[in-house]
Amino acid sequence: MGSTATVRVSVNGERRESEVEARLLLVHYLRDTLGLTGTHVGCDTTNCGACTVLLDGEAVKSCTVLAVQADGAEVKTIEGMGAHDELHPLQEAFWSEHGLQCGFCTPGMIMSAADLLSRNPNPSEEEIRKGLEGNLCRCTGYHNIVKAVQAAAAAAAGAGTHAGREAEGVSA
Amino acid sequence: MESATATPAEDRFVGRPMKRREDPRFITGTGSYIDDLHVQGTLHAAFVRSTEAHATITQIDTSEAEAHPGVVGVYTAEDVKFEGGIPMVWAPPGVEINTPDHMPLKSGEVKCIGDPVAVVVGSDRYGVVDAAEKVIVEYEPKPVVVDPEAALEEGSPLVWEQFGTNKTHEWAVGGGDIDAALSQADVVLEHSIVNHRTAGAAIETRGAIAEPRGGSIVLHSATQIPHITRFILSGVLGLSEHDLRVIAPDVGGGFGSKLNTYGEEALLCQLARQLGRPVKWIETRSENMAYTHHGRDQVAHVTMGARSDGTVTGVRARIVADLGAYFQILTPFIPELGFPVAGGCYRFEAIDLHFTGVFTNKFATDAIRGAGRPEMTHWVEVMMDRLAREVGSDPVEIRRRNFIPKDAFPYETPLGIVYDSGDYAGTLDKLLTKLDLDEFRREQEELRGKGVHRGIGFSTYTEVCGLAPSRAVGPQGVGLQAAFYESATVRVHPTGSATVYSGASPHGQGLDTSFAQIAADRLGIAPENVEVIHGDTNSGPWGWGTYGSRSLSVGGEAIARAAERVQDKAKKICAAMLEAAPEDIELAGGAFRVKGSPDQSMTMAEIAGAAYIPPQELPTEIEPGLEESAFYDPENFVFPFGAHACVVDVDVETGKVEVARWVAVDDCGPAINPMLIDGQVHGGVAHGIGQALYEQVVYDADGQLVTGSFVDYALPTAAELPSFETDRTETPSPVNSLGVKGVGEAGTIAASPAVLNAVVDALRPLGVDYIDMPLTPLRVWQAIEEARGSGAGPADSEQGTDVGEHGGGAAGSGPASPDEGGAS
Amino acid sequence: MIPSGFDYHRAESVDDAIQAVAGGDDEAKLIAGGHSLLPLMKLRFAAPSLLVDIGRLDELRGIERQNGTWRIGGGTRHADLQDREDLGVVAKAASLIADQQVRNRGTIGGSLAHGDPASDLPAVVLAAEGELAVKGSGGERTVAAADLFQDYLTTSITPDEVITAVDLPALDGWGWGYEKYSRRAEDWAMVGVVALVKGEGGTCEDVRVGLTHMGSTPLRASATEEALRGGPLDAERIAAAAAEAADGTDPPGDLNATPEYKQHLARVLTGRALRQAAGLDG
Repeated sequence: MGSTATVRVSVNGERRESEVEARLLLVHYLRDTLGLTGTHVGCDTTNCGACTVLLDGEAVKSCTVLAVQADGAEVKTIEGMGAHDELHPLQEAFWSEHGLQCGFCTPGMIMSAADLLSRNPNPSEEEIRKGLEGNLCRCTGYHNIVKAVQAAAAAAAGAGTHAGREAEGVSA
Repeated sequence: MESATATPAEDRFVGRPMKRREDPRFITGTGSYIDDLHVQGTLHAAFVRSTEAHATITQIDTSEAEAHPGVVGVYTAEDVKFEGGIPMVWAPPGVEINTPDHMPLKSGEVKCIGDPVAVVVGSDRYGVVDAAEKVIVEYEPKPVVVDPEAALEEGSPLVWEQFGTNKTHEWAVGGGDIDAALSQADVVLEHSIVNHRTAGAAIETRGAIAEPRGGSIVLHSATQIPHITRFILSGVLGLSEHDLRVIAPDVGGGFGSKLNTYGEEALLCQLARQLGRPVKWIETRSENMAYTHHGRDQVAHVTMGARSDGTVTGVRARIVADLGAYFQILTPFIPELGFPVAGGCYRFEAIDLHFTGVFTNKFATDAIRGAGRPEMTHWVEVMMDRLAREVGSDPVEIRRRNFIPKDAFPYETPLGIVYDSGDYAGTLDKLLTKLDLDEFRREQEELRGKGVHRGIGFSTYTEVCGLAPSRAVGPQGVGLQAAFYESATVRVHPTGSATVYSGASPHGQGLDTSFAQIAADRLGIAPENVEVIHGDTNSGPWGWGTYGSRSLSVGGEAIARAAERVQDKAKKICAAMLEAAPEDIELAGGAFRVKGSPDQSMTMAEIAGAAYIPPQELPTEIEPGLEESAFYDPENFVFPFGAHACVVDVDVETGKVEVARWVAVDDCGPAINPMLIDGQVHGGVAHGIGQALYEQVVYDADGQLVTGSFVDYALPTAAELPSFETDRTETPSPVNSLGVKGVGEAGTIAASPAVLNAVVDALRPLGVDYIDMPLTPLRVWQAIEEARGSGAGPADSEQGTDVGEHGGGAAGSGPASPDEGGAS
Repeated sequence: MIPSGFDYHRAESVDDAIQAVAGGDDEAKLIAGGHSLLPLMKLRFAAPSLLVDIGRLDELRGIERQNGTWRIGGGTRHADLQDREDLGVVAKAASLIADQQVRNRGTIGGSLAHGDPASDLPAVVLAAEGELAVKGSGGERTVAAADLFQDYLTTSITPDEVITAVDLPALDGWGWGYEKYSRRAEDWAMVGVVALVKGEGGTCEDVRVGLTHMGSTPLRASATEEALRGGPLDAERIAAAAAEAADGTDPPGDLNATPEYKQHLARVLTGRALRQAAGLDG
């Protein structure tokens, strides 16, 4: 056991303050202390990206950030992206384009995609693939994830709000 | 029949690409995976696992760990008792299988890295990890064997001394006159082909919570098989089945790796019983790489005979399968599971297979996506290309020459397997329309002039799936001590919405959506009004789970049948209410109506209301309620098929292979939801490319696991893979009323030989005609160097026995391997 | 996987950090982005008793040009470098480190202090002949990149020293090439090569070649440099020089590569990086 420290963070717009062990990983702070279980853990080695959240607007692997390192920061998790009735364009696009199967990597994938689109609102397929290199998916072969990011980018650009879904005749 | 783009009628939902009903919870982070479940008062478990591949345990000192704050107890094998270990359920008639004990905690000896030696239970998740570090285990190392063929040699160290051999069993099957087929052949090819060890690598690891409730236990587990797990664990734990409830929550991928009942599940149940408190364990990725079953790991020594025109006369394969140190529930059966498709899509006159299972100091193999069929298909498809080169044909022509023709179905293979349906030339033809092969060959030649080595590889496969016919695979068939029908209950509620209970246990396939589509069409309601429940032994009927591409063709058919029974009853109620004969009622336009008088109709909601609150008009002989069940045990397997082409660019200076294009035409019968089929093919192909180019479980010569994390076990990322061009033909299966066949494993089965064939096609001018998977840059470079005769290193081409300590040219763990995939 | 327990101190300043590290026991470690250290701690290959967090110190961040030198704050993240085209090869190398999430946390000072020969930036700083401004309890000093890397994961930076800045010659007029060879995009380099070439009228005035993951430290391909320096800058000459890229190296074999293969890759990639740097690849 080491020392404890106070963490003050804003998570999905809500201010939180907790006394935590210094070694507590941000992902466990979010999941176990705050009960935000949408952020997942898929590996021990900073590879899989299932734990990706936005820290001050940028994607980080929350398994490799100490909760105390996030003190004073703004954290956004998948729960903060959009609820059922007001989905974020990326959530909408992952649904429409069948960009998920088991869904386990999905929250991290969406948060990485959010970082990617904030850096590059109109990425090429190659840029999307490179941009998502820090997130592993075993189900989809990434094909529809790439399409979902393209669709979300197009939606954000106003090129067609429900581009993918209507183009493919996918019904709800 | 080919109707890939058939549009369903307005009031039909089967055939439509519908968005998944599972997704809203997953895209908003409100799914409920095993680690998301919090049961009040839960204790956490952490394992102490063997760091030796083979050793005698001389001492375990738990005292310091027990004194660690928050620790409730530290348990070794003698502290937790079971009725028996994890059972293996294959007992083929007349075959002896050396079956070792496989207890949840090991005593006496450890046989592989990761063997659980002790478990620490405590109140704090971090604290139990700290305490587990304080358990001191002393080992006396024993000799290790990791190469399966070396393990069969006289004088090899024995994994299990009690058997006097490392051989687990032998199993043979044959049909046709193989001796004649080979002796009369104009051409006889012999080759050894390795299918190396891989991991399922679902992004969610395993995990479970065992919760005591009075004298009963509720086990929440990330599993593909809740019902089978209850069946098995009730025996292991000495509990009546009604005292054990198994629930699969949302499961983050399986790929076969969760098609098992594991020792940890049994142990958590027993600890929960002993402590009277819930106990939770979430596997780490390191544990997952070491102690969740692996797949593949076979060498096939193949002899293929053919006439000079390329017509295959027969194949013989001697298959050596590395099963590891223990048996999980199906371990020795998995290599054999491929046998029905040993003839591929081809009309071989004779087939002769012989399997030898081998113990080594590695963890058990078992079913991983495809399970036996990718291995079988891989060597068949690689040999077809070799044959094409040998007789001066080409990959397309050699396949056409040997295809079972469309009009030969149902086709009985020399092994007595009856392929239900097929149109192999149909999928290949459709594939070729997308390729312009002549132009490709011109371009390939031109690029070679510029030093770019591009190749194309084909794979035409059929797979056997829809794991069922109980009579074929059960005790008197191939010998599994189980049956494989599937079950469903369809309940229409009083207001006309419905709940479907399935015995399958989907975990990412999207079956909540396709099951709802199937039921909706038969109930005359919209899919959004159909709820699908599965994965809980206390909800719905007994079922056999989700694996082997069976859930739609067996589980979906059971739902269709139950829903049709509901429909029949609804028609009776409707007929009584409308004063018509039941046979005059039709379901059309979303309503039950009297044929010829469409204005006389009732909706399902109206009928359901009458079923639950019977009005006077309803005859008393019609039972109240609107709920039916069905158990469906098919008469045969189903045999999806397809043709895939892979285009690769090989950097011959470095050995790097890039998949530039993938084109696939698959036939899994009529689509229920075409969007989901594409998704399954994408994922399946990616899995096969992963095996062919990137992934390998590597143990070094001392039995240490080199690929203990995602740093070294190289799952491909988005940046390594291409987009996939997919299309379909639809040849209905005559086996089930939906005409459907499985598609979850098809892509994986098709992919690996297409990649290998493409790389060989690219490198043929350099003299390379085979490389064992995985085709890592190192191996490709070594093969090129060897072909050039420069003698640069031990290229592992012709022998094809490069497994175990030589795997991937491994020279032990690299200096960087403990770190993660990034700098600073 | 979680780290062992430790005490934690968030430094208010560089001086505060130095004091905290020096005043603590032997097991104190500085942490910035933590993307070298935390992974090791999670696997319990490292278990410091005190972490001193310098990740929030603005004084360590920044990229500015002073005459002919780029001064990059030691706490500057890879993400801050990756899109700076004016930084040339530094930006390119930074953009190829692991993945975006890692680049959003990892820092140049952390990477250099960690001294992993498989990381991207050490060979770049070595080839660019950069200098590190270092501050510790013994005061400030300058460490030349050539003196920095001592052995595998071992540098001449002492535990109580902070890399406050990395000074890199701007190398105006030099061409550069960067070749990273890895199995997957997010992986470490199996071999990496940075080439810097100053050419004038078809002659190679000066050249520097750095090698990643070819030994226990990043290396210079001295034989290649010598073979090229002062001679004509053409494809033939580059090929001949690249053939000497692995001379004197003794790279470790690992899961993905034998030593011979790594040496081969070094030769191939050196040729490619030099051609890029010389502008010969179109």
